[in-house]
Amino acid sequence: MTTLLVAEHNVIALAPSTLSALMAAHQIGHDVHVLVAGKNIASVADAAAGLSGVSKVVCADADCYEHTLAESMGDLIVQLSEHYSHIIAPSNSDSKDFMPRVAALLDVGQVSDICAVLSADQFKRPIYAGNAIATVTVLDDKKVITVRASSFDKASQQNDQACVIERVDYVADNTVSHWQSDDITESVRPDLAGASRIVSGGRGVGSGESFALVEALADRLGAAVGASRAAVDAGFVSNDLQVGQTGKIVAPDLYMAFGISGAIQHLAGMKDSKVIVAVNKDEDAPIFQVADYGLVGDLFTVLPEMTSKL
Amino acid sequence: MKILVGVKRVIDYNVKVRVKADQSNVDLTNVKMSMNPFCEIAVEEAVRLKEAGLASEVIVMSVGSTQSQEQLRNAMALGADRGILVEVEGEMAPLNVAKAFAAVIQKEQPELVILGKQSIDSDNNQMGQMLAALTKRPQGTFASKLVVDGDKALVTREIDGGLRTIALTLPSIVTTDLRLNEPRYAKLPDIMKAKRKPLETLSLADLGVTLKTHHRLDKVEAPATRTAGVKVSSVDELIRKLKDEAKVI
Repeated sequence: MTTLLVAEHNVIALAPSTLSALMAAHQIGHDVHVLVAGKNIASVADAAAGLSGVSKVVCADADCYEHTLAESMGDLIVQLSEHYSHIIAPSNSDSKDFMPRVAALLDVGQVSDICAVLSADQFKRPIYAGNAIATVTVLDDKKVITVRASSFDKASQQNDQACVIERVDYVADNTVSHWQSDDITESVRPDLAGASRIVSGGRGVGSGESFALVEALADRLGAAVGASRAAVDAGFVSNDLQVGQTGKIVAPDLYMAFGISGAIQHLAGMKDSKVIVAVNKDEDAPIFQVADYGLVGDLFTVLPEMTSKL
Repeated sequence: MKILVGVKRVIDYNVKVRVKADQSNVDLTNVKMSMNPFCEIAVEEAVRLKEAGLASEVIVMSVGSTQSQEQLRNAMALGADRGILVEVEGEMAPLNVAKAFAAVIQKEQPELVILGKQSIDSDNNQMGQMLAALTKRPQGTFASKLVVDGDKALVTREIDGGLRTIALTLPSIVTTDLRLNEPRYAKLPDIMKAKRKPLETLSLADLGVTLKTHHRLDKVEAPATRTAGVKVSSVDELIRKLKDEAKVI
C-alpha cells in the first residue's frame, strides 16, 4: 500500500507544510510518493526527491497546473489515484479547493484537517472551531485526507532511500474555469503559516497606521505579522494576515497578541503555539486565560518599548 | 437566471460547545440553533443578484431534520422565493448531502448554486467542491466577490497570501467566504410573508438518492486546555522571562 502526498509549493520551493504532511504520511506507515504539480517546477521536484522516506516523486509540469485550478488538479489526482490507498495533502487554500473534488470523483468521503494519526484508518480532527476533537474511522478503501500542518512536526529533508522522479504528461481536461488574475500581498516578512515567531494585532491597535508598531516589533524579532478577525474586518490589514478558525491556523514557538481580546474563533487559530504572550488593557480579556505571559498595559507604550529594548 | 442556495441548521455561533459526558458527540440538547453564518452570506448574495435584476428566482434548500424548516423560513424572510427541504435524520456526510443537492439540481436546473464554504459544526469545507465534481460544473470556492457577466461568473477567491480571480462558465457552483457581503436582518413584515411562501418537503427516496457510509464517529472529546500562565508587571520582566525562562528570544 502506498500513500500519495500532494506537495504544497510556490514554484521555487516546497512549503514547510509539506514536511508536516509528510510526517503524517509516515505515521500512516506506507511507502510515500509525492506529487508535485505546477509549471516549471523541476527544482521543486528535485527538492521533493530529497525528503525523508520518499521513494518516488511524480512530477506534473504543464501549463494547465500553473494556477492549481481545482478542476485540473482534481482531474490529475484522480488519474493517478488507482495505485494509492491514501491521498493526502497539507490543508491550504488550494488543497481545500481540489481534495473534496478528488474524494467525490472517487465516491469516497474526505477527512479534513486531521490533527493526529491513530492508525492507517483512524484519525483525530478538530470540529466546532476546535472546541471539540473528533476521532473518526474511515470505512472507504481509498482515504482522502487533508492535514493540519501545525499539529505535526516537520519530516526531515534528508532521504536515505533511492528516489525516482517520474514525469507524467497527462494534461487535465478543463475548459470551464480560467485563471484571470492574482492580487498577492507582497511581504518581506516570513510567511504566517510557517513562521516560528508571530506578532499579532487586534482591534485594540485602532487603525491601519498604528499597525506599523506591530510590524516594527515583528521586524525586530524576525517574526511574521498576524491579525485577529476584528482587525481585518475593521480594515486595518488585509485578510491574508488573519489568524483564527476561518483564517490561518498557526503554531509558532512564540505568539505575541497585542490588543486582541481572545474570541474563541481567534484562539482556535493559535492556541497550539508553544509560548503565548498577551498584552491588553483589559485585565479580564479572555486571551489571558491561554497566555503563558500576560501584561496588562497599553500596547501603544508597550510595543515601542519592547522594540527598543530587544 | 435561477439560483439555488444551500442552508444548514447548526448550533448558534455564540453558543459555547460542550462535549457529552459519554464522549459520543457534542451536547445539542436545549441549545440555540441558527442558520450557518456562511449560508446566511450565500442567501444574501443570491438575494442581491435578484434585486439587481440578474436573477429571476432564488430557491433555498436544506438537507436536514424537520426543524430545518425554521432556517428555510428565515432564508425566505431574507428574500428567497421558495424552499426545498430534503428531510433526513441524523448527521449526513458531505458527499451524501452533495448527492441530494445534485439530484435537486438535475430537477431544477439552476444556472448558479451558492453555498457556504463550510458549516461551523463539522468544519469539513467539502460539500460545494463535491457538488461541483458530481454535477461537472466549475467551482469558485471561498468567494469574497462575485460578478455575473453574461454566461460567465467572475469569482474573486480568498487564497493563502491574497486574492485570486477566476472566470467560470455558467452553470457553476460558488462557495462564500466571510467578506463576500454583510447579511441583512429580516424585517417583521418579511417574516410574516415568508410563512406563506412555498416549502416543498422531499425524501431521499423521492430523489432516488442512496446513501453510503464513509466514516464512523468513534469519539468526541474536549480539546486539551491551556492553563493561564503568569502576569508580568513590566516590559523588562517580560523580556527577561522570554529570554531566560521560555528561551524563545
